[in-house]
Amino acid sequence: MNLWKEFYKGLFQENPIFRLALSLCPALAVTSTATNALAMGLSVLFVITANNMVVSIFRKVIHPKIRVPVFIMSIATIVTVVELVLEAFSPVLFKALGIYLALVVVFAIILARAEVFASRNGIIPSFFDGLGMGMGFTGAMVLIGIIREFFGYGSVFGFPVLGSWYFKPLIVVLPPGGFIIIGLLIGIFNMIGWKMAEKKEREEEVLAEEEYE
Amino acid sequence: MDTRISVNKIEKLIVSSSPHIKGNENIAAIMWNVSLALLPLSIQGVLNFGLPALITFITCIAGSLLTEFLIQILLKKKSTISDGSAFLTGLLLALCLPPNIPWQMAFLGSIAAIGIAKHLFGGLGNNVFNPALVGRAFIMASFPAAMTTWGISSLSAGHETLSIGFLHLPTIHSFFHADVVTSATSIDAVSSATPLGILKQQGYDNLVASFGGKIELYKGLFFGNITACGLGETSAFLTIAGGIYLIIRGIIKWQVPVVMIATVGVLTWIFGGKGLFNGDPVFHMMAGGLLLGAFFMATDMVTTPMSVSGKMVFAFGCGAITVLIRLIGGYPEGVCYSILLMNAVTPLIDRAFVPKKFGDIQNRNDSPFSKGARGI
Repeated sequence: MNLWKEFYKGLFQENPIFRLALSLCPALAVTSTATNALAMGLSVLFVITANNMVVSIFRKVIHPKIRVPVFIMSIATIVTVVELVLEAFSPVLFKALGIYLALVVVFAIILARAEVFASRNGIIPSFFDGLGMGMGFTGAMVLIGIIREFFGYGSVFGFPVLGSWYFKPLIVVLPPGGFIIIGLLIGIFNMIGWKMAEKKEREEEVLAEEEYE
Repeated sequence: MDTRISVNKIEKLIVSSSPHIKGNENIAAIMWNVSLALLPLSIQGVLNFGLPALITFITCIAGSLLTEFLIQILLKKKSTISDGSAFLTGLLLALCLPPNIPWQMAFLGSIAAIGIAKHLFGGLGNNVFNPALVGRAFIMASFPAAMTTWGISSLSAGHETLSIGFLHLPTIHSFFHADVVTSATSIDAVSSATPLGILKQQGYDNLVASFGGKIELYKGLFFGNITACGLGETSAFLTIAGGIYLIIRGIIKWQVPVVMIATVGVLTWIFGGKGLFNGDPVFHMMAGGLLLGAFFMATDMVTTPMSVSGKMVFAFGCGAITVLIRLIGGYPEGVCYSILLMNAVTPLIDRAFVPKKFGDIQNRNDSPFSKGARGI
């Protein structure tokens, strides 16, 4: 199904962080613990989906020359909503995310989806595209967050996993460790991508041969 | 008759592509020679600091070899353990770590050195950064407290007998000096107790006072009976001796250490003290990891420029950044970071200073490559 494809591509094939290498700044800055990473991921998931729908609805009345300011206005409005909600209901998380929550406005992935997809497609595909991209982003953030929290603090989502014997290497929590881990993960995802492409090619060859026979 | 002989001779010709004359230099010979040059320094480190130093050496070398072995199995590459490059990386890493560092941390550092800095970049010859220094920077960023704690070996009391006759060098572990150094910073036991640390925290006058005079300070730095930032950063004499051995063997170019050390000397002399031209270049040239870095790390063949002029620019940059960090930066010592930073710009230096091609004739008048255009 087409909609499923729009949703699914954001999870792996066009994963914002690992495959498109967009929005690396939050992936570096707020992934030192899994909880922060999840909160940031969910905020972005909401913003990207809502913004995709808004842009998709108004795509025919926005003049192409002023589209970027309009997109930014729309994103900023939605981000403000998220910010106010988080501040009201979870001040701790709001403090932990800090300036990066406001910076969601300029995340490359949100503007990219509005520009590349939502301004050219109907409201329902745009919704699924935003959902898929947002979930791919959230998944990537949480994965990085879990790895960094596990090695950096010896815990996962705040629950201690490793005992006091564990030497906590500070570097994992600091930006250099974030760079190294994101680099390693991008490498691993590329490797999986190549393997999958190879497998697909082989299957297609087999199919072609069968058809030929 | 004549023709037949010449045909026979022609048949015996071996046809191959150039180069036809090869030197007997190879990776393994270079690596083991450098290791040999580091041997006296390593032995002195062990004699000075005892069992913890030995454990650090063994952990770093074993960790490097093990990482190299496992990664090459995983990547299905030919094993290059025997060429000594992983051994040398482990040895160099151990030499720039404090001896009392817990072995787990040293082990992690050697994994980072070989795994991240060497093999993720494609193995020996492709690494951008010096693996041993990446290992040190990794440990420094991970465990800053352990890296700046300079404990005195528990076995040091028994050392005096061991080291008295050693190569006729006065490398007696002078318990007295070490005591002075630690008591000078006993208020904050975690902070570094190295001469450069004291300089950073308490100023030059206190540093000289805590050693009982300039001459005592220089003596300690030269013969290696005071503490330093790393295991192998104690004795200026043995470091220079090892470096001179490498220069004589033609493995390193003398320009690199000379330029780097001279840069540090001149810049600290000008800017090191109160007012201009009032610093103490002799102290800065002998203290910390400068000599070890200048002779053994800034001369690494893979991560430094190829041409001699490029190497000299590289060495000048290393020296200048070292002085910047020592005098202005937050850390007491900057050799490690200066060499890593210059490693990063090595490709740029290589582009600006292209080595002369074999057989390349530079005609001043009509060669298009003669004026500035070359290589830029």
